Amino acid sequence: MALLSNTAVLLGKELRTEFRSRELLTTTTVFVLIVIVLFSFSFNPTSEESRRFGAGLLWLAFLFAASLMLQPCFLREQNNDTLSALRLSVSDPFAIFLAKLVANTLFLLLTELLLLPVFAVMYNVAILPMLHWLVLVFFLGSLGVSIAGTALSAISAQARMRELLLPLLLLPLLTPILVASTEVTAGLFDRAPFVQWKGVGFLAVFDVAFLTILWLLGEYLLEE
Amino acid sequence: MKKSILSAIVVLLLLGVAAYAAFFVAPTDAKQGVVYRILYLHVASAWTGLTSFFICFIANLLYVLRRQPRWDWLGVSASETGLVFTTVVLLSGPIWAHPVWGIYWTWDARLTSTFVLWLLYVSYLLLRTLVEEPDRRALLSALFGIFAFIDVPLVFGSIRWWRTQHPQPIIMGAPGSGLDPTMYRVLFFTWFAMLGLMTLLLRQRYRLEAMRGDIEIIRRELEAA
Repeated sequence: MALLSNTAVLLGKELRTEFRSRELLTTTTVFVLIVIVLFSFSFNPTSEESRRFGAGLLWLAFLFAASLMLQPCFLREQNNDTLSALRLSVSDPFAIFLAKLVANTLFLLLTELLLLPVFAVMYNVAILPMLHWLVLVFFLGSLGVSIAGTALSAISAQARMRELLLPLLLLPLLTPILVASTEVTAGLFDRAPFVQWKGVGFLAVFDVAFLTILWLLGEYLLEE
Repeated sequence: MKKSILSAIVVLLLLGVAAYAAFFVAPTDAKQGVVYRILYLHVASAWTGLTSFFICFIANLLYVLRRQPRWDWLGVSASETGLVFTTVVLLSGPIWAHPVWGIYWTWDARLTSTFVLWLLYVSYLLLRTLVEEPDRRALLSALFGIFAFIDVPLVFGSIRWWRTQHPQPIIMGAPGSGLDPTMYRVLFFTWFAMLGLMTLLLRQRYRLEAMRGDIEIIRRELEAA
């Protein structure tokens, strides 16, 4: 129970910090927008082509954005010397990770939902009939990205060249998320949209597996 | 010193016998002809690489739990030997694929996950170069190694399910598939010889890393004095 109440307090802190400046959200949104526009030059974005490539393009943009967005997650604590204080304030260090990864999932999801209509209009893909399923895939995918990303940003924050290191560690690790989310999203973008349950289940398995490892290893990640 | 020369000679002999068996003892494949004989290098390297990464994973786990430097030394050594054998797999694969499939590379489950595996352990070594303090480096890379190893089955599963342009598994595949018994024996012998080579490399690399660790301690004591 203490874990949940601690997490709630820390989550409040994460959200307050972000919504005071909205730095992460604005930069990430603009970044994804730029990527979406630039991708349109790499192929001829007719509706048919977009249905084939759109899902992968979208998820690649999200993964790149996430590897930028997750950067300050622990770096900020380290720069402000607040990591020890955080550790002393909770009985279970897993609460710190839980709060951060929930916050990151929310930020990512917000960015994705903000840009989905833009993508749909620019690439001429119908999203409204399957919107609720898209939200589910975006949630499961973003949760997986955030779990792995929060853990690895705790690692990369302690190394040199950390800004470059995080994407290098994170992106290969996220291959399963990219493959599964792209497949499910492509199914939803299809002319006759369908839900690929296998992919949804796979994303859920990834999330649970990585959450379990994080729960087991969390305290070691934050050792001083 | 004498012991390591002796073991090197034994491994060399084993490899020689394995090569002889692969070229002259194993029967020629009915469909692929002589080309298939690269299987003994390719598959044996793949298994040896995986064994090596598994050793690395166990060493990583033990380091996190026990905090003895030797597990860190074993971890980095095993990741390097694993990378060497996986590189052999990635190079011998296209050489085999081109005459048989007509292409050098296809993005199917085993090729792609082997490549991602290779990338993950390159990242692991990269991470090690970017953390200076030895204890911190050992802990962080061990933690990343655990994440990376657990990711591998997920990578394989995801690509196998959705990117299946794949030759069906022959070994431990569906009933009716499988190798000729002599081919099996030769393959397992090649694997055994490769494991010998891996052990040899691993031992040398481990000793090198241990010496580095000692030098580090001596240097710090000197600086403190």
